[in-house]
Amino acid sequence: MVAQAINGALRRVPAWPLYPLGMLPAVWLWYLGLTGGLGVEPIKALEHELGKLALQLLIAGLCITPLRRFTGINLIRYRRAIGLLAFFYVLMHLLVWLILDVGILSQIWADILKRPYVTIGMVGFLAMVPLALTSNNWSLRKLGPVRWRRLHWLTYVAAIAGAVHYMWLVKSWPLEPILYCLAVAVVLGLRLLPQRRRAPVRASDSPA
Amino acid sequence: MYRFKTDLKWSDVTPRADFLNRRQVLAAAGAAALVRPAMAQETGLEPNTFEEITSYNNFYEFGTGKDDPKKNAGSLTTDPWAIVVDGLVERPGTYDLADIMAGKDIEERIYRFRCVEAWSMVIPWNGFQLSALLDQVGVQPGARYVAFETLVRPEEMPGQNYPILDWPYVEGLRLDEAMHPLTLMATGIYGEPMPNQNGAPIRLVVPWKYGFKSIKSIVRISLTEDEPPATWNIQNPREYGFYSNVNPEVDHPRWSQATERKIGGGLFSKRQETLMFNGYADEVAGLYTDMDLTKFF
Repeated sequence: MVAQAINGALRRVPAWPLYPLGMLPAVWLWYLGLTGGLGVEPIKALEHELGKLALQLLIAGLCITPLRRFTGINLIRYRRAIGLLAFFYVLMHLLVWLILDVGILSQIWADILKRPYVTIGMVGFLAMVPLALTSNNWSLRKLGPVRWRRLHWLTYVAAIAGAVHYMWLVKSWPLEPILYCLAVAVVLGLRLLPQRRRAPVRASDSPA
Repeated sequence: MYRFKTDLKWSDVTPRADFLNRRQVLAAAGAAALVRPAMAQETGLEPNTFEEITSYNNFYEFGTGKDDPKKNAGSLTTDPWAIVVDGLVERPGTYDLADIMAGKDIEERIYRFRCVEAWSMVIPWNGFQLSALLDQVGVQPGARYVAFETLVRPEEMPGQNYPILDWPYVEGLRLDEAMHPLTLMATGIYGEPMPNQNGAPIRLVVPWKYGFKSIKSIVRISLTEDEPPATWNIQNPREYGFYSNVNPEVDHPRWSQATERKIGGGLFSKRQETLMFNGYADEVAGLYTDMDLTKFF
């Protein structure tokens, strides 16, 4: 089985290198921004690239469950790193918007309250805060697996909010945000497919 | 006839050799060069560099990305070029660009340029007043509006292969707006022929309106009795009105128009306050007296 071979090979690949590797695009973007590599409007470019990376990581994290279900490939070990990286990128995206892009406190508040695309972006960010705070073994033990898993359904809220946030801020209907919306719809839609249950052993089936 | 006189002179503008080199100068000066000289920030009117003006464009005919026009507009054929002039005019016809340019006084006009997306530039245009062209073709008494149309040529304008907007791009002005001395038909920037990504070979510049009113690569001008259609107004009438005057007090439904960021200030540039009519209130506010600008936005 291909899936088993992949799972076997990955057993020796630790998750921790994902953290430094996942930071590299951020380091690269800041470097470009500071040296003129992001064009003549580096603030918007940095803000948008960080936001898109966050969405990509959110979608990647949401691929892990359907991937296991439909192919048997198990990447669950890497999901925490992917999720925390997604939060890290959302946080940087937000900070760039707050400090570099708007930078005027009164306008920040007005935007959060009055602009639907900012409001929903903030909803997505706030949904991710408890997820980031509980992405550790201690919280998992403390909450118990059922409560922990329910709490982490907030990921769905964050992904939907992120995609809508992107679609809502552009003019007209360009392709790129549409593709992100579709990707979120697909990874969430796959979860709605009926689970084929293992037939329970019923008393009547057993020979008398 | 009243002729607009710009308050900015060429002495305010960096010499050509410098504007072409400024990026290298900035790079050489290191981190301190990330902010522009303090004097320029005070006036806020330092013209953008040729590179900035030609590498950050909204010209959806070549793609929706800001860098798409620069990447894709090289294929546009701008010679030969003609403009069809029709509708309520005395001398309708197809005018070759040379016939339009003949006898026109090509001036340098340093204008603020404010995009509806809340960024801005200061651009030294070269061009002539639209009023001169309208005088040339003769406006009939019944005409009340001027309609403009951009070239449709999908084989050279790849963005037109997608229904991102309703092609051709069209725009319109009220006749008094069109005849206003500030309203320019621009044929160049910094003394260079109009770059393709900026709307070669000839485009409109209406400095007190959001940038999308300043239609590019014009192939048709019609004088009409009724208000002509305008592309962004068709695309989303709730968000983009026919007038689209720069107005810090009337927000876009999805974002504030109170402030703008001038392109070119690097990663740490601050927003500045947007001015009523983009700073041209003295010249144009009189066109809109007794009009509710929140209704006619």
